[in-house]
Amino acid sequence: MMPARPTHTPARRVAAPLIALAAVCGLALTGCAGSAPDGQAETEKVTLVVHDSFPNDEVAAAASAATGYDVEVISAGDGGELTNKLVLTAGAPIADAFFGVDNIFASRLIERDVVEPYRPAGFPDSGLAFTIDGEGADGEPFSLTPVDHGATCVNIDPAWFAEQGLAEPATYEDLAKPEYAALTALLDPTASSTGASFLVGTVAQFGEDGFADYWQRLTDNGARIEQGWSDAYYGQFTQGGEGGTKPIVVSYASSPAFTVDDELTASRTRALLDTCTRQVEYAGVLQGAANKAGAQAVVDYLVSHEFQQTIPDAMYMSPVDASVEMPEAWAKFAPEPAEGQTHDLAPSVIERGREGWLQTLGDTIGL
Amino acid sequence: MARRSRTAARTSAWAVAGWTLATALPLAFLIVFFLWPVLSLVATGFTDDGRLDLGAVPEVFGAARTWRVIGQTLLQAGLAAALAVVLGVPAAYVLYKLDFPGRTLLHGLMTVPFVLPTVVVGVAFSALFGPAGPLEWLGLDRTLTVLVLALVFPNVAVVARTVGSFWARLDDSSAMAARVMGAGRIRAWCTVTLPALAPALASAAALVFLFCSTSFGIVLILGGREFSNVETEIYRLTVQFLDLRGAAVLSLAQFAIVAATLVVSARLRRAGERAVELREDAPRERRPGLAELPAIFVFACTALLLHAVPLLTLVIRSLRGRDGDWTLANYAALVQPPAELPLDAPVAQAVWLSIRIAAIAALLALVLGMLIALVLSRKPAAPGLRRAQGLFDGLVMLPLGVSAVTLGFGLLITMHRPLGIGFDLRTSTVLIPVAQALVALPLVVRILLPVLRGIDERIRFAAATLGAAPMTVLGTIDLPLLGRSAGLALGFSFAASLGEFGATSFLVRPGAQTLPVAVGELIGHQAPGSYGAGLAAAVLLGTLTAAIMLIAERLRVDGRWGGRRQGELF
Repeated sequence: MMPARPTHTPARRVAAPLIALAAVCGLALTGCAGSAPDGQAETEKVTLVVHDSFPNDEVAAAASAATGYDVEVISAGDGGELTNKLVLTAGAPIADAFFGVDNIFASRLIERDVVEPYRPAGFPDSGLAFTIDGEGADGEPFSLTPVDHGATCVNIDPAWFAEQGLAEPATYEDLAKPEYAALTALLDPTASSTGASFLVGTVAQFGEDGFADYWQRLTDNGARIEQGWSDAYYGQFTQGGEGGTKPIVVSYASSPAFTVDDELTASRTRALLDTCTRQVEYAGVLQGAANKAGAQAVVDYLVSHEFQQTIPDAMYMSPVDASVEMPEAWAKFAPEPAEGQTHDLAPSVIERGREGWLQTLGDTIGL
Repeated sequence: MARRSRTAARTSAWAVAGWTLATALPLAFLIVFFLWPVLSLVATGFTDDGRLDLGAVPEVFGAARTWRVIGQTLLQAGLAAALAVVLGVPAAYVLYKLDFPGRTLLHGLMTVPFVLPTVVVGVAFSALFGPAGPLEWLGLDRTLTVLVLALVFPNVAVVARTVGSFWARLDDSSAMAARVMGAGRIRAWCTVTLPALAPALASAAALVFLFCSTSFGIVLILGGREFSNVETEIYRLTVQFLDLRGAAVLSLAQFAIVAATLVVSARLRRAGERAVELREDAPRERRPGLAELPAIFVFACTALLLHAVPLLTLVIRSLRGRDGDWTLANYAALVQPPAELPLDAPVAQAVWLSIRIAAIAALLALVLGMLIALVLSRKPAAPGLRRAQGLFDGLVMLPLGVSAVTLGFGLLITMHRPLGIGFDLRTSTVLIPVAQALVALPLVVRILLPVLRGIDERIRFAAATLGAAPMTVLGTIDLPLLGRSAGLALGFSFAASLGEFGATSFLVRPGAQTLPVAVGELIGHQAPGSYGAGLAAAVLLGTLTAAIMLIAERLRVDGRWGGRRQGELF
């Protein structure tokens, strides 16, 4: 474990790894790691590790100003990769705090003792709806702190259906009907976290014994399975802007906010709110953090109003703080599914079942 | 041999110390930053609560999916290697045996596909064959054909360079004699030239096989689950499932494939080096004539259809807006990224960062690669030393054949204050150039080694006879020649480091967004215009690497002992 080092001058930060390298391989490397900011010699350093689509530099600057620490933000891959890196380095963490593990992987962090329970100061009451297993209602600490939420939903291209004179689909069952044959682009749940979220929805809807049959019917009906969200949305969806041919795609509840016209009068896409699965992204203090107080301050910052109001524009999620005013396009065209309308499973159920479900899918439809 | 004993007698303690150091430095680098992390991660998969647990081996090899994945790996790499050879030989002939204006430019351009990031290649091919792509009507999307074509795309240049540089130095007189005796052009080629080229062909095919069997980005994007190879399966097991046991077993399978390929290629290469006569000077090449038309035709088809079309598709799509209009908006977004794009800063900053990191990686690879090439070019008398040399050679090549995921996660579990240095290297920017240098190192060695091996032993012998000490021989004969190819090697490793995606993307990155990583993130992001900006960034990256390769081609110096012809890749 790394002891807290209160004073960390830029010069040392640059020199130390270089000396280390030189000691190891006898070569003097010069010129790298030159990005250390100047003039922060007296502040204590705290490191936040995040997933890939996070505005690192902006948050680092804003969080440093807000917390009084020298906050460094580092990237460690997408949700699954980030989780596994945290699990592998448990005990000697690569950072003090983390952000960006969602409910698909949340249980893995808790069960492997990677995180330290913490309840951030000033946590908004509206966020209690998103804690794991509803914990924290009595003021006790959270195993993981919810920061933002969204939903994975099937999206459609209404104009396409109008043109074809075909009724718009609305439910999971509709997608397997013959009139919607070969119109759907799905995501491989083994490769994409959005795809995994959709899988969770189908398990919640059809049960552990019935979901594979549903997927079988979908693929028999000509659904195309893509590897990543961008392959499906940009590559396959008729409204992806890249000439795709499928008017039905697995995406997010928020996606229609990004297909609005310039006057904000209409959106070219619509999310089917009966096909949604909730996604919650968590933050937390890592066990064995070198700077535990700093890590707690950073988590406090992540649920503060100042950070929460940047979430929709920067990360395409809804903040847990309900008092944040949502952008106009979101409010008009990207409504969240109502409470109880989503198809969800508890993180612990997901963690226990996930591998088996994927195995079953692999055996039935060759995924 | 008399020379050996005499020079050996004169070998001073300093020389022994020098060679030991020249071996130890790169060896230590490879052990610390490659072998240790990779073996640590594999070991984690094979231990359970501190006890050795090999139960995963029969379990994983008992699964049908494992064999499907291994079978796919061998099938894809085999087909790609065969096709790359078939297309690479005419390219080698045109580029290395014929003389025409613009040849140097073509040399440089041919290398571009090789140094392009695999993400870009994958995106370009799916843009071409996928839905709404210009070649969608062929119905080849999601087929093994497209996957193999995409794997061949970067590797024709490998075959062309390997075979071409050898071909150019091949003594034509036997083939001419066969013609004089009445053999037709084709017969003479098949019975005389082709057998002589065989070792170079085999060596090139082995190398392409190695590259393709560990291809990550291309297979992931174009293959999906159906065409998973060992590399993408290790990625899934490690990154998605945290199934380190399964990943460890597959890593062993990968080691086995790499080792077998290296052994076969080394055998074939050695067999070839004894058998054919090479000239020191390349003669003046012939001007293209009617007889060369078939070769020129195949080469032109390869260059236009396989190389130019996917790249042009990419460029054209980067110039299109979301509504299909022509626009520079995608490029403008790189200069002044809108807040919603996952770009930390204007792309110029990512470019500058990439260039700095790649420059360090290239220098590191060049220095270590020179030392390795010098050590490997010696011909020690002791069989033990020769065997050790062979192992060393294999170790240097190994980073090409080991999963980037395994390396990335391995570095994660070993670089926390490694060797008691009291500094956490895991989150340091330093690991990025180190990982890139590991990938570039085999390329540097393969460029430099033929130059040193091509030096006529008699020259060293003559120098020694005239009284030059071994170090003087080294300083006056080996090093100057090495220096001549250093420009090309540096350019190559710089371009390779600049485009490196796999290993870099699995490191923990302290706010350092290199250009290939930015391309990957832009292409996968939800923001409107992000995909287009990603394509624009890919074009920018391709242009940068192309420019570097063209400059590197010019850096080669013609020389008496073969700077120009021998300083080719592999």
